[in-house]
Amino acid sequence: MRLEVEDLRTAYGRIPILNGIGFAVGEGEFIGILGHNGMGKTTLLRALMGFLPATAGRVRLAGRDVTALPPHARARLGMGYVPQGREIFPALSVLDNLRMGCAKAAEAESAIIGAILDDFPRLKPLLERPGGALSGGEQQLLAIARCLCGKPRLLLLDEPTEGIQPSIIDEIVETLRRLRQKSGLTTILVEQNLDFIAALSERILIIQKGRITQEVQPSDLGDPELVGEFIGITG
Amino acid sequence: MDLAVVLAIQVLYAIASLALISLGLAIVFGMMRVINLAHGEFLMLGGYAAIVGTHLGFGLWVSMLVLAPAAVGLIGVVVERTIIRFLYGRMIDTMLATWGLSLFLIGLTTFVFGNTTVGISAPFGALAIGRYRTSAYTLFVIAVATAVLGGVYVVLRHTRLGLIARGTMQNANMAAALGVNPPRVYAVTFGVGAALSGLAGGVLAPVSGVFPTIGVAYIAKAFITVIGGGAAIVTGTVSAASLFGTINQLATFATTPVFGEVALLGAAIVLIRLLPQGITGRFFRRGL
Repeated sequence: MRLEVEDLRTAYGRIPILNGIGFAVGEGEFIGILGHNGMGKTTLLRALMGFLPATAGRVRLAGRDVTALPPHARARLGMGYVPQGREIFPALSVLDNLRMGCAKAAEAESAIIGAILDDFPRLKPLLERPGGALSGGEQQLLAIARCLCGKPRLLLLDEPTEGIQPSIIDEIVETLRRLRQKSGLTTILVEQNLDFIAALSERILIIQKGRITQEVQPSDLGDPELVGEFIGITG
Repeated sequence: MDLAVVLAIQVLYAIASLALISLGLAIVFGMMRVINLAHGEFLMLGGYAAIVGTHLGFGLWVSMLVLAPAAVGLIGVVVERTIIRFLYGRMIDTMLATWGLSLFLIGLTTFVFGNTTVGISAPFGALAIGRYRTSAYTLFVIAVATAVLGGVYVVLRHTRLGLIARGTMQNANMAAALGVNPPRVYAVTFGVGAALSGLAGGVLAPVSGVFPTIGVAYIAKAFITVIGGGAAIVTGTVSAASLFGTINQLATFATTPVFGEVALLGAAIVLIRLLPQGITGRFFRRGL
């Protein structure tokens, strides 16, 4: 699903966080957004989802202006959001978390969840456990699976590797690759993990102080000097 | 033996009426963290709705079991949309606003219906148990309370609506990101809580009669039950109502109703001292 962002600005109170973000994602494209802590990556995704009001600028989803729509309306238009920290419903079972993911779906829950579990076999034995009792990696898989239950056409992924054991990171890469081949899902991935972002993205936008400053290719991330220059880390 | 049966029925009735008057408050407080000080007046309005309904010729059953919850549920949705929704997360402000609403509703009903007790006679008549007689309506109240508690449990645990309500209460933003509209969930939840209060008020109207300030008598007991029960809505209400209802009725039986009330309040103080999170804060933690 095509997304166009024009001069998007937002602020926490009086403190501006996004200072005119502009970029576009084509149908079926997988882009990465890379930046330092505090540069506005998470804020950008929250603003795209509608949790923070835009103080200026436009967000268009498949040509339709969604700048003023609340989050649930954007979700119903096809946006899916996997937030930083995963935000699993702790007191709901894994199955009920997935059923919550089906909240906007028109089809029968059981069919959707059955298909999703084939893509996330690790969740199958955990269905009756409370979401809060899973490990970080399991919760991350559940957060992605829950989001996919809503059949999004644009996926916003916020730091899915944060605090997660490497074996599950590999599993997430594999799963996301497979999904992309299968369904051509458009994805925006925000990350600090260079290997992860390079393994999945077709192109990578660098965010600095609330602006997109540069666009690079995944292969460029192999060069530490270039990376230092892009995201402002040296050494 | 007959006495034991009568006493058992009285105890069950005390539990059932406590659970009925508390459940609406438990839903609104447990799920939305809103302290609704107009809860007693929702019960009072349910009573008036039942009485007005019978006067208009709808029949007692329709008035009590349909009109009372429908009317008060509707009032609840209007109250949520016009007052409560601006005050989420501001507990003290919500308490002040609903207290004001409570005074307003008492004034309004006094103006409309006058400061007198109106009643409807309880159906079924008396039931003879050996040498004793008890009102058959008592058994009906017990049945209604059981059905309502069971119904709320089933809706919360087994329906999509209940799941969406539970998820939204745990994390409204995440629910919104999945396509749920939280303001609508809040309005429906508050409306359901109000409707159950209306039902309770209607069902209890033949027992207690209705007058504008009857809510004041209800609200203290309802709050004690909800706080004593803790976070879980159905399990908490049932466990606290069972404990307090039993204590109240046994003390009433042994002495007088006044001491029954004293024993209930004393038990509540001890319980909150020992279990500040309520019964379900310690026991039945995975209950609903």
